Amino acid sequence: MRYFLASIGLLLALLCANAQAQLSIDITGGGANQIPIGVLRFAGEEALPQSISDIVEADLQRSGRFRMLFAGNVDPLPAEVAQVNFGDWKNRNADALVIGSVVRLADGRFEARFRLLDVPKQTQIGGVAFTLSAQQVRATAHRIADVVYEKLTGERGVFSTRIAYVVKQGGRYELQIADADGVGAQTALASREPIISPAWSPDGTRLAYVSFENKKPVVYVHSLVSGQRQAVANFKGSNSAPAWSTDGKQLAVVLSKDGGSQMYLIGADGSNPRRITNSGSIDTEPFFAPDGQSIYFTSDRGGSPQIYRMSAGGGEAARVTFDGSYNVSPRVSSDGKTLIYIARDGGSFQLKSLDLASKQAQVLTEGQHDESPSFAPNGKMILYATQINNRGSLAAVSSDGRVKQRLSVQAADVREPAWGPFFNN
Amino acid sequence: MKKLLAVAAVVALLAGCASTPKEEAKAAVEDRTPAAAVPTQPGVTTVTPVGPKAGQLPNVLKDPNNILSKRSLYYDYDKYDVKDEYKPLLQAHARYLAQNRNAKMLIQGNCDERGSREYNIALGQKRADGVKKMLLLLGAQESQVESVSLGEEKPRCTETTEVCYSQNRRSDMLYGGEY
Repeated sequence: MRYFLASIGLLLALLCANAQAQLSIDITGGGANQIPIGVLRFAGEEALPQSISDIVEADLQRSGRFRMLFAGNVDPLPAEVAQVNFGDWKNRNADALVIGSVVRLADGRFEARFRLLDVPKQTQIGGVAFTLSAQQVRATAHRIADVVYEKLTGERGVFSTRIAYVVKQGGRYELQIADADGVGAQTALASREPIISPAWSPDGTRLAYVSFENKKPVVYVHSLVSGQRQAVANFKGSNSAPAWSTDGKQLAVVLSKDGGSQMYLIGADGSNPRRITNSGSIDTEPFFAPDGQSIYFTSDRGGSPQIYRMSAGGGEAARVTFDGSYNVSPRVSSDGKTLIYIARDGGSFQLKSLDLASKQAQVLTEGQHDESPSFAPNGKMILYATQINNRGSLAAVSSDGRVKQRLSVQAADVREPAWGPFFNN
Repeated sequence: MKKLLAVAAVVALLAGCASTPKEEAKAAVEDRTPAAAVPTQPGVTTVTPVGPKAGQLPNVLKDPNNILSKRSLYYDYDKYDVKDEYKPLLQAHARYLAQNRNAKMLIQGNCDERGSREYNIALGQKRADGVKKMLLLLGAQESQVESVSLGEEKPRCTETTEVCYSQNRRSDMLYGGEY
């Protein structure tokens, strides 16, 4: 019976992946100081089921950090440095060039090599060869884009990471996981009751979330490797707002079992709940600072919801936000320097960032109902939920507010995004 | 994970030695698969919510002429205090619970859609807790009543108008058999 159900599940997943319109991404703003780059077709890439260079190019373009140069009409395609017409690319003001080749191996797999070239210096500054199956074209392209991005910007790329989000269609809720470019969406959980607040474990193998399948909020941890899920906080009252500790061993959750919404630490398996706030007010939306030492959270203890910070073990809390009467949903960048949160201004809810050292705040979005922000693991982009034409949609904005993207699924309501971690943490 | 680290190491190594593409190609053509790093998706888990157990609800709770058939309290924006107009309603339900010690009640607090989903869970909880507190003061027992929040997740009305919002700022009282 179990095998039967498992195969049905697998079948459903396959059907879902095919039938569902994937997230499509529109870029609505550009960054400053974009690096001019050409991505040539890889020699021999027509042997692959899809173009690897197209995916690399789309990744780099989506980041907003590059100005893509037209790279068609190059014949023959160079696969080696010596074959590149550097003079031509210099005339086109290219700073960098990506070339590559694909060959089919005897075992049916492929070898894809790429080289990243510095055009002014006419030298190679990076390059890797990958062995891949026909199913790994996209994963390989994302890896290549990650190397190019890191070489040219000095920051780690996030093209190989994944995002989780909830799709609502009719009365059906699905927790889905897709590549960072919105492609390859797969459903991890389907339910007729709401699912909110997905949170990735630091190693990217588990998701904690809140499900309402028992007529009230209950916190689950769901393994993406085995598909097994476990209710880790199912006490009397409400259980919500899971946040992973930086070592992945504990969760901060909000429970109402002792009266009011208060924060507790529990083991990732639900063991040993320990209360860490004692306020008599609302304390919710915990988020661990990247050093693991403190927790940011939302509290109305001062009369309106504001963001506070306290030691991860409990104790005194210090107020962090002061402007406005509604500041919620705190998240901190991986370098610990920037706080982002949702602020109400008049009737609008918008994404704001706060430089924790200088206390400079910046409004990053212009939506009416922006919510649920999450940082890309390199801290350069922020994914959030917004509403377009009264329907939920996802959007992303660079941490400096310059690059903007919209991610949408046709005919469905998308919400509750969470950007996953780097995989080799 | 090991494989991934190996790939990362190869990447780092190769990226470092810029001028020897041949060696690089040779070194890199190892049995490495870039997608090995990504955990596999085992497929979709489908949840079938448990429905209410066969409704054997006493008639007094269903009779539209009986105050006990009324189960909802409404709130002003950002407010969670029980309005005076609902005191007779809560007195009636508390009396029923006191007289029927086997009866159980679930109070679900709800919010309109504005603001953070998690903050709205907490706000809905405050609404439901307020109802529970009053029922206990009026004679119900702690073991009979559970207060929970649905936040903004189960709106009764889905338009973005104040009329709709005011219907969604609500606590509902459900008796055992109804949830």
